[in-house]
Amino acid sequence: MEILNTPYFGLIISILAFEFGLFLNKKFKFSLLNPLLISIVTIISFLMVFNIDFEYYNQGGKLLSFFLGPATIILAVPLYNRLEHLKSNFKAIIIGTTVGSFSGIITVIILSRLFELDNLIGLSMLPKSVTTPIGIEISKQIGGIPSVTVAAIILTGIFGAVTGPLICRLFGVKDKVALGIALGTASHALGTTRAIEIGETEGAMSSLAIGLAGLITVFLLPILLLLLF
Amino acid sequence: MKLFRQISIILSIAFTGELIKYIFNPPIPGNVISMLLLLTLLIRGIVKIKMIDKVAKFLLDHLAIFFIPAGVSLIKDFELLKDKWLAIITIVVISTIVIIVVTGLTIQFIKRRGLL
Repeated sequence: MEILNTPYFGLIISILAFEFGLFLNKKFKFSLLNPLLISIVTIISFLMVFNIDFEYYNQGGKLLSFFLGPATIILAVPLYNRLEHLKSNFKAIIIGTTVGSFSGIITVIILSRLFELDNLIGLSMLPKSVTTPIGIEISKQIGGIPSVTVAAIILTGIFGAVTGPLICRLFGVKDKVALGIALGTASHALGTTRAIEIGETEGAMSSLAIGLAGLITVFLLPILLLLLF
Repeated sequence: MKLFRQISIILSIAFTGELIKYIFNPPIPGNVISMLLLLTLLIRGIVKIKMIDKVAKFLLDHLAIFFIPAGVSLIKDFELLKDKWLAIITIVVISTIVIIVVTGLTIQFIKRRGLL
């Protein structure tokens, strides 16, 4: 298996697995078949079945991970493009996103205690509602396990995208701005794809909320952790 | 050279963010500092969208691919996570519902009452 100890292997298998994920996602048009989730599951299965060392895979993996930094920074671009939408309901959106992110963090802390989860896992789950690149950064910053954070973020995104509109209907969230921001704050880009399907305003608001909720969580989490522990 | 010129802008901002992180060590990730830096530069008009549009498109169009290795490294944490999955999924479900409801109702309330 020494031959696999080259960056080419990890790169090729990552791209192929993602192609496979995109293919399944397009073919069945079902949110559970998230391309990223499929890629991760496919690669992990492949490595386990053929007993390939993760470090071999990560030779190529590291090259992809390098782009996490630039990918985080570039999120400023969609946020900048959406800033205009913030003007119309500035205070409602900022307060809503802050209170929403806060409630999510507190819920995770309480439930982690309730389920007696390992501290490391609990910490890793705190940034589960923010967009993946920012979530990975937060996870490293607060001492979580980035891979667990990625898993929690994907699960959150899928759940929010599938059930978000139904939850809004059940609890009487009808306003377009409120619905869009709620989906983006709770379930980042995956929730936004669903919000775009509902309507233009909902989609734009949800897209704005991705960057906003990410930044608010970045500032909120260290303060909360400092106050609570 | 155009793409590399654009990449160099992003990398310079990335490096400046790391530098700020290194000197002042705020409890915020270096890359998020860089993101705020880029946002400020865009708002101030110092960096124009067209100066970074190609690299932005490349990164944003392929965003999910860059997360694959971070997800695959779960393979190292299976021992830690075994019999924890039910708790993790329950937490994800409940807290996501809480965020959607709290965010949505808060905004709706403020908008309707014309508060603030």
